[in-house]
Amino acid sequence: MGVTARDLFLVSPELATTLLATLVILADLLFRGRRGPLVLAVVGLAAPVALSVALWGDVHANGAQTAFGGSLVVDKFALFFKLLIAGIAGLALFASLDFVRRFHPYQAEFAGLALYSASGLMLLAGAADLITVYVAIELATLPVVALAAFTKLQVRAIEAAVKYLVLSAVSSAALIYGFAFLYGATGTVQLVGELSIGQVVAMGDPALAFGGTGVMVGAVLATAGFGFKLSMVPFQMWTPDVYEGAPTPVGAFLATASKAAAFAIVLRLFYAALGDFSPDWSAMFAALAAITMTVGNLVAIAQTNVKRLLGYSAIAHAGYMLVGVAAVAARSQEAADASLGIASALFYVGGYAAMTLTAFFAVMAISDAQDDHRVASLAGAARRSPFVAGALAVALLALTGIPPTVGFMGKLFLFNAAVNADLVWLALVGVVNSVVSAYYYVGVIRLMYLRDPEDASPLPSPLTLRVALGVTSALILALGLWPAALLDLAQDAARVILT
Amino acid sequence: MLTLITFLPIAGGVLIYASRADAQRARLLALAVVLAELALTAAMYAMYAASEGGYQYVQRADWAAAFDMQYLVGVDGLSAPLVLLNGILGVAAVLVSWNVTERARLYFLWLLVLQGAVMGVFVSLDLILFFVFWELELVPMFFLISMWGTGRREYSAMKFLIFTFLGSAFMFTAILVLYFSLPGAERTFDMTALIWKDLSDLIVPSSLVFGGFLIAFAVKLPIFPLHTWLPDAHTDAPTAVSVMLAGVLLKMGGYGLLRINAGMFPDELVAAAPLLATLAVVNVLYGAFIVMRQTDLKRLVAYSSVSHMGFVVLGLASVGASAGGAAQFNAAGLNGAALQLFTHGTITGLLFVVVGLVYERAHTRHIPDMGGMSRQMPLIAVGFMIAGLASLGLPTTSGFVAEILVFLGTFPAYALPTALCAFGVVLAAGYILWTAQRTMFGPRVERWDGLRDATPVDVGAMAVLVIPIFAVGLYPALVTDIFDAGLGPIVARLGG
Repeated sequence: MGVTARDLFLVSPELATTLLATLVILADLLFRGRRGPLVLAVVGLAAPVALSVALWGDVHANGAQTAFGGSLVVDKFALFFKLLIAGIAGLALFASLDFVRRFHPYQAEFAGLALYSASGLMLLAGAADLITVYVAIELATLPVVALAAFTKLQVRAIEAAVKYLVLSAVSSAALIYGFAFLYGATGTVQLVGELSIGQVVAMGDPALAFGGTGVMVGAVLATAGFGFKLSMVPFQMWTPDVYEGAPTPVGAFLATASKAAAFAIVLRLFYAALGDFSPDWSAMFAALAAITMTVGNLVAIAQTNVKRLLGYSAIAHAGYMLVGVAAVAARSQEAADASLGIASALFYVGGYAAMTLTAFFAVMAISDAQDDHRVASLAGAARRSPFVAGALAVALLALTGIPPTVGFMGKLFLFNAAVNADLVWLALVGVVNSVVSAYYYVGVIRLMYLRDPEDASPLPSPLTLRVALGVTSALILALGLWPAALLDLAQDAARVILT
Repeated sequence: MLTLITFLPIAGGVLIYASRADAQRARLLALAVVLAELALTAAMYAMYAASEGGYQYVQRADWAAAFDMQYLVGVDGLSAPLVLLNGILGVAAVLVSWNVTERARLYFLWLLVLQGAVMGVFVSLDLILFFVFWELELVPMFFLISMWGTGRREYSAMKFLIFTFLGSAFMFTAILVLYFSLPGAERTFDMTALIWKDLSDLIVPSSLVFGGFLIAFAVKLPIFPLHTWLPDAHTDAPTAVSVMLAGVLLKMGGYGLLRINAGMFPDELVAAAPLLATLAVVNVLYGAFIVMRQTDLKRLVAYSSVSHMGFVVLGLASVGASAGGAAQFNAAGLNGAALQLFTHGTITGLLFVVVGLVYERAHTRHIPDMGGMSRQMPLIAVGFMIAGLASLGLPTTSGFVAEILVFLGTFPAYALPTALCAFGVVLAAGYILWTAQRTMFGPRVERWDGLRDATPVDVGAMAVLVIPIFAVGLYPALVTDIFDAGLGPIVARLGG
């Protein structure tokens, strides 16, 4: 079967991002070391965004569609993540327009690699068979290895890159091993459409080889593989090290876009393909969620490096999001209720992106500007750069889950879904974890507002960074006050997974 | 109207912060805002039709329809007086902040946001909205204590935050359980609907849900042994924040107990009544005995708050009378508890105002250093005596009315605990008079000769609180009629 124009339209967001990456690098040959290519990278991201919006309209009218013989699916769920990832990439690149100067003369390569990785993540969100999943993950991962080592003269950056490379290789091995089991048990690699894993599983014996065991072994191994991307305990070890060693924008990208796409594929694999086994894996994810958030929050308390702190915070928040995965509605029949877990996870992924980007941007504006990443470097930041400190304070309150921020709404919906799924204990673990996290998040606020700075001179930050901070922190508050805007999209997207 | 009442202080605070006003202008603007707020709340209170009862000034709008979240505000007889109380205390809080010059705009921003958030708690009739305001109040409190406080202010601010946050964690889970326990179509966060639903068959035992709310409100009220944050927060907070903390923030706990624990879970409340009566005795007596040992004037008032909040708990325990047949049960206990919330707000607010004024002048709160201050500061001494006498429950002051109602209501159910708590009143007389003697009276102390008496602004701050103390003391129906209207449905469900 040949490639049709329709196929190209359906894959156009990824295609546009890849083309943009190539264009940026080519343009850099003409404008060596200038800013033009970087601006092109930011502005050019409007293309995948616009195409995704167009596809949303198309899907809304005609229903979900598959392309390339069923290896790619375009539905609202995938498009939700494509929009999110393109948005994150755009904001992160925009915020680092000045930051990347330190990579001179390789700024354009930095942007290009980030865009390649973003296209891989977008592909992952729409992957409809296990092969595409694997290809997309590799496409997303390898550029990040290079990005992590971008300040190649720093030992920590090299360490971060090597760690990321080795561990992602190990996780890929687990993943492919798991996929092999899934294929062996069901005889198909399809996640959606005719003869998909979900349908074979639904047929039960004798269609399933080894009964359900083969499928479950495959699912557990795949979870281990994805767990690496999600920063899920016990696969979280790399997270603080890589966040600490890699340039800050790379950390921001990993913490938000990469994690979002990983959640997309976990949700699709487990809900759409393995829904019939949900009692088994729901319990597994509930336990993993509880462990992940507890480990993340407890270890975060002891951190003295602000990027490591964000690393453990990212682990803790992976735990919260896993609550959404675990919250399979058991008792309810209504469609709106059944998709509650997925919808709340999607909402949280979106809100979390705004909070975490704000935090990383603030670290760029304060810690990177001083080249000092101790948490103590934030002391007195409220006096040195009030705007950045204010934005960071908003983000930290949101990460704690205090209203009126998106963080509160996100946790409300997540724990809501948990209670709906009869996981009251998990909701309680979650809220108690929020209390623990208040200690270190508010501790940073205390540092910024109550302690005297070691050096009281004003700390100016570039205009683009401040604009990006303004956008993300405004999003945190706006979505906290009017959650319906994002929630409705998330619900639309969540429903398609269950149909 | 209630939306305006809730958001006027917040908007005013933001405007003050955004303006370039200096400290002097900022405090005038803040005063204008709280006076407007007081006028609004007073008008709301005056126009509340007690004879009709029920929820009035209701405003309803969808917030996030997918999760049944509503913006739903309204007042009934239970919340209307507390809204008024918050309006009154806001004025007092701004007046005692007259000399704040350090980062004044930010200070008034947080103070006004605090007032607005507390308003939101009192007027919310949707559980999620209630919870949002409940949590929102943490942020201004944290900054106010940690930035403008004294002593170990950071420690106290953090302790306050963690305690309250932990308490609300339980409330949050309880709210969600409550929501999902109802059959699909009936699910709601609407408190006005929830009180009529059968909440006995929840997905976890109702008593646990009841307990979740109880823990959250017990932290706030506070009930022993969850009270330890209070003395620290009070001692290290700036005066205005102590006033707000004692005046309205603690009342949020009592309000929650009445509104949710009593309103939605009457059966569980009756079952828990013996426990509450016991805790009330501990609160009253333990608090009172600790007061005796205090040498720090502010800490002393703080522990007296713990002691006095025990009466609120005792009033709640009066519902135990309905267990053995409704004959003995009457509404006095709950009315007394509600009234105690209102009166204690004004009385302890006044005590903290006075203590703040003394500290501002003498720069010490160490009681043994004081003495004879009535000679240098007669007006402040008068304020202290009024507050003190009201606090020990002297007739003609509001404190007397509230306490007598509590005792009348609870005695039929729990004679011994009531008697023990009544002993707390004797102790209160003891420590208040003893403190007055050690600070205000006695021989003149040379060291305090240069101290000014209260300025007109300070007198204003005291007068705002003295007026309701006497008004309610002489004519309690001003407030009790309204509370009656609000507590009526709860009492009716308990069979009284």
